[in-house]
Amino acid sequence: MAGTDLNIFSVAGRAMSAQQVRMNTAASNLANASAVSSKESDAYRPIKAVFATQMDKATGLATVNVSSVVRADATPVRQHDPGNPLADENGDVWAAPVDESAEMVEMLDSSRQYQNLVETLSTAKQLMLDTIRMK
Amino acid sequence: MSDPASNTGLFGVHGMALELRSQRMGLIASNIANAATPNYKARDIDFNTALNARIKGASQDQAAAAAVQYRVPVMPSLDGNTVETGNEQVAFSQNAVGYASTLAFLSDDVGEVKRAIKGE
Repeated sequence: MAGTDLNIFSVAGRAMSAQQVRMNTAASNLANASAVSSKESDAYRPIKAVFATQMDKATGLATVNVSSVVRADATPVRQHDPGNPLADENGDVWAAPVDESAEMVEMLDSSRQYQNLVETLSTAKQLMLDTIRMK
Repeated sequence: MSDPASNTGLFGVHGMALELRSQRMGLIASNIANAATPNYKARDIDFNTALNARIKGASQDQAAAAAVQYRVPVMPSLDGNTVETGNEQVAFSQNAVGYASTLAFLSDDVGEVKRAIKGE
């Protein structure tokens, strides 16, 4: 992958895939926001995409890759809920430590950046087509 | 504009300008792509400097490489990223309009040469 030449289309295309991974992680976190489990170790922990620049020395262009998807080291929230079938011997359940507003912001930010990339791509495409047709 | 500009082949300065515009478009697109990458430093080509260097005889790569500068952020962010999407979009549109105008000049030149060949 390191040896591939970048052009404006691959720059925008790869960045769009990266944003999509970021949106997927936010969606997974939101979907699991109200999940509880009977053990602290079993509780869902939010995931986050880590972005890294991929630079093409030959052309000077830079795109972005998802270098990894990490699981946050957050402590699950203990809730006292004796009526829950998942409750342990103390009547507690462990809820996923998901910050729902932060995830929503992440989702919005990501989709706005995705839209910017689409806009960039369509402008570049139009200019390239005009150049080919020389009009 | 200095005289050497008219001695740069059939299409004058417009061919060079189009190449530089295209390169600058890629660079600004890279900035927009890296809007969320921590520690990414936004870069841009100073078009005037690059074109002047090109007119004075530098190659396309030399001229562009010498005119690349890091963007100075209006407000630095905590994650070390210096991309300000609004500014990048303004630069991108400006460059796209410049590209389209250069292309129009170029295609006029091509039309002229075609007419000359046909002897109309």
